[in-house]
Amino acid sequence: MKNVYDVIVVGGGPAGLAAACSAKEAGAKDVLVLERDKEAGGILNQCIHNGFGLHYFKEELTGPEYAARFVNKAEELGVEILLDTMVLAVEGHRVTACNTEDGLIVVEARSVVLAMGCRERTRGAVAIPGDRPSGVFTAGTAQRYINIEGYMVGKRVVILGSGDIGLIMARRMTLEGAKVLACVELMPFCNGLNRNIVQCLNDYDIPLYLSHTVTNVEGLHRVEKVTVAEVGADRKPIPGTEIVFDCDTLLLSVGLIPENELTRKADIPLDTATKGAIVYENMETREPGVFSCGNVVHVHDLVDFVTAESQRAGKAAAEYAAGKRIPKDGRVIELKRGDHVTYTVPQAIRVENAEAGVDISFRVNAVMTDQEICVKDGDTVIAHYKREHMAPGEMEHIKLPAAILKKVKKQVLEVAVVSAEGGVEK
Amino acid sequence: MYDVLIVGCGIVGAATAYQLSRYNLSVCVCERYNDVANGCTKANTAILHAGFDCPIGSMEARLNLRGIQLAKEICEKLDVERIEMPTFIIAYDNEHDLNYIQELYKRGVANGVEGLRIVDREEALSLEPGLNPDIKAALYAPGSGIINPWEYCIAMAETAVRNGVEVKLDSEVTAIEKKEDHFVVTTKSGIYESRYVINAGGGWSAQVYEMVGGHELHQTNFAGQYFVLDKNQGNKVHSVIFPCPDEHGFKGICVTPTVHGNLLVGPDCYEVSDGDHVGTDPLTLENLKTEAYKSVPDIDFREIIHEYAGVRPNTQIPDFVIEESPECPHFINLAGIKSPGLSSAPAIAEEAEKLLRKCGLELEMKEKFIDTRKRIQFRYLDDDAKKKLIAENPLYGRIICRCETVTEGEIVEAIHRPIIPRTVDAIKRRCNAGMGRCQGGFCGPRVHEILARELGVDEKDILMDEQGTFIITSAIKEGHNEECI
Repeated sequence: MKNVYDVIVVGGGPAGLAAACSAKEAGAKDVLVLERDKEAGGILNQCIHNGFGLHYFKEELTGPEYAARFVNKAEELGVEILLDTMVLAVEGHRVTACNTEDGLIVVEARSVVLAMGCRERTRGAVAIPGDRPSGVFTAGTAQRYINIEGYMVGKRVVILGSGDIGLIMARRMTLEGAKVLACVELMPFCNGLNRNIVQCLNDYDIPLYLSHTVTNVEGLHRVEKVTVAEVGADRKPIPGTEIVFDCDTLLLSVGLIPENELTRKADIPLDTATKGAIVYENMETREPGVFSCGNVVHVHDLVDFVTAESQRAGKAAAEYAAGKRIPKDGRVIELKRGDHVTYTVPQAIRVENAEAGVDISFRVNAVMTDQEICVKDGDTVIAHYKREHMAPGEMEHIKLPAAILKKVKKQVLEVAVVSAEGGVEK
Repeated sequence: MYDVLIVGCGIVGAATAYQLSRYNLSVCVCERYNDVANGCTKANTAILHAGFDCPIGSMEARLNLRGIQLAKEICEKLDVERIEMPTFIIAYDNEHDLNYIQELYKRGVANGVEGLRIVDREEALSLEPGLNPDIKAALYAPGSGIINPWEYCIAMAETAVRNGVEVKLDSEVTAIEKKEDHFVVTTKSGIYESRYVINAGGGWSAQVYEMVGGHELHQTNFAGQYFVLDKNQGNKVHSVIFPCPDEHGFKGICVTPTVHGNLLVGPDCYEVSDGDHVGTDPLTLENLKTEAYKSVPDIDFREIIHEYAGVRPNTQIPDFVIEESPECPHFINLAGIKSPGLSSAPAIAEEAEKLLRKCGLELEMKEKFIDTRKRIQFRYLDDDAKKKLIAENPLYGRIICRCETVTEGEIVEAIHRPIIPRTVDAIKRRCNAGMGRCQGGFCGPRVHEILARELGVDEKDILMDEQGTFIITSAIKEGHNEECI
């Protein structure tokens, strides 16, 4: 191990690996990835289902296969990966970590990439009422038990939340012989990808209860009963609509939260909407030379887009390490979320660093058909993009060309869904 | 034949065991759960009360004050987290509140609580800027504190064991028979004989007492629910904050930091049938939020990480019940230990000792009494100490719980202590693994694996918490394989 690296990447999941490879390809000499698990690849290693890589590799891979491509590539490129190593602090460009072999590690980097991923929201965070028996798992924890440890965690299952991991686990547990009784979603729409609703629920006749939630968990020791009720427009349960399921397991797929404890400790500003760092067009945070990418910035639905975003971050980190600086007094355009848009990444664009245009990712707050996404400079629409279908569960991407950016008059651009032709399901 | 058998290893049973372990006695503690500190000791407000609100002249008042003095020394010696911080009882501009804090002040002075003051709005806000600025005045009590309640219990129980006390887990007492000069105690793990029995049965004290024919105690347990918020909310206040009680005399929703740096909000108060049912419900929790906002408006309830309910082991008698049974000699009740039970615990143990002496037990100091305990908590060490520790034992270099920065070394060390933690939650209580914002989502399966490895048991047999809380239902492909063969 060296004392100083060009680029240090915190996290060896898909984001960290893509960033490290791109940093290396962009000329960084020494690139170090610090990964807390015993293998690189992150959560992809427990995602043994297929469906990964359709956009990026134009073929369908399993999670471990997708991860392996980047692990192999990182090795070929000479990226140094330190496994079983936990980063304890990032202070400026100094990274403190520890593992069993090297003990306490303090290394310096010319630039840092934060790629810690995300964690699942828990029973506590969504305050599910009832008893406190065993048998309540987040979907990802259940996935780890089944796919990595080789143990089943239940026989009769109710799933709360229709996030992708929940849908995937509905199918996975069914294939392992469990009976999945219901997938219950608070919102009037599914939070997962459409293909997962079809392939994981419909194909196995698992009922999806939209506008429903869990109102009680019973069981002195292990889960015995879960009560589900319909919710009204205010998302509160409607008395009299209760359905009681006899089951031994409740899986939760109620959202993912970027894991920004290191970012917060490093005093790097976060966006309250994404819960990730506020980033510029090249994924640089407000701390110069510290970049962030993947699910730690905003939670993605497809790893392919994590890869693309992280490649931008890795390349930019390499350039920063090589001495490239973006003038501090240059023009900065803030991105503002308009109607139906819940956030944007990046949150700001430095025009001088956007020669190739800027990719903007965002999510909408409702299911919509035949809509138009508009980018507005004050009252003037400077770009618009047609979409046949949009949903909160599917991240949207638009590209803003450099030529348009240069003509922007105001300091703030608004991204909004404005056309009134199509339908919006509230 | 034991000299003393203690029923229950919550905070009262553990403190009594620790107190008696300094004497040449054979002492046994029978605990119904598979771990100590598993009843109301693990689910309360974790406060060392200043002692101003106990009824004047009550046993509660005397033992609370003595208990918090003893806690200082015990926590120091046995390495238990304890932080001194003041309590505020806040009063709004109305007669009820302003009268109440005056009355409470007088009661506190009569109880011998030092440093009590009525402070006006400005002073209250300068001492505790997190308070609602709409208050009119507050009772300020500097002598209170917060503590890690389960660690307090574990520390005393472990020290007792190191001094020769036997702690028997999974040993629910089902019958007690009084013989001429001893008791025969039937438990789920065996039948034991003892010259004296101490009833520290918490939420089941009245039932335990009934086993020797005592009918005059009626258990009237009151539950309360709580929210735990993430550490980013833990510094919203630096004191224990209560509103004035309502007309029913209920203390009101407390807002307090925890020793781990989280923020705790609760509890409310409602009667429950037994000490086992500790669920939460949405209406109660909504009410907690509303009430907490009145005291501390700046709490961000989006940062909730956990909810729980706890039980106050109460009887119909308004004070603690600490006495040798009038009907059954040599049977000592430590019952009805509701709030301030945690604050009073070591003082209650002293009382138990006095009662034992009074009813004829001779106590002789041990020549060697182990009275120190030291834990390693990686997250609190400086870089040099961390380096040294990992060099000595590499397991301290592997972080298992990422939210709370808990190492494999700490977990392995905990498993090999005198009272063996056998469940994922027992590790949580000893090491804090799983106590953080991901609530064990990441570290749960890893702790599970370490427990199975260190205890030499099958992973399928590792429980989340008490008996019956199994995690794994089978290996994958198990049924399928059998069919193929």
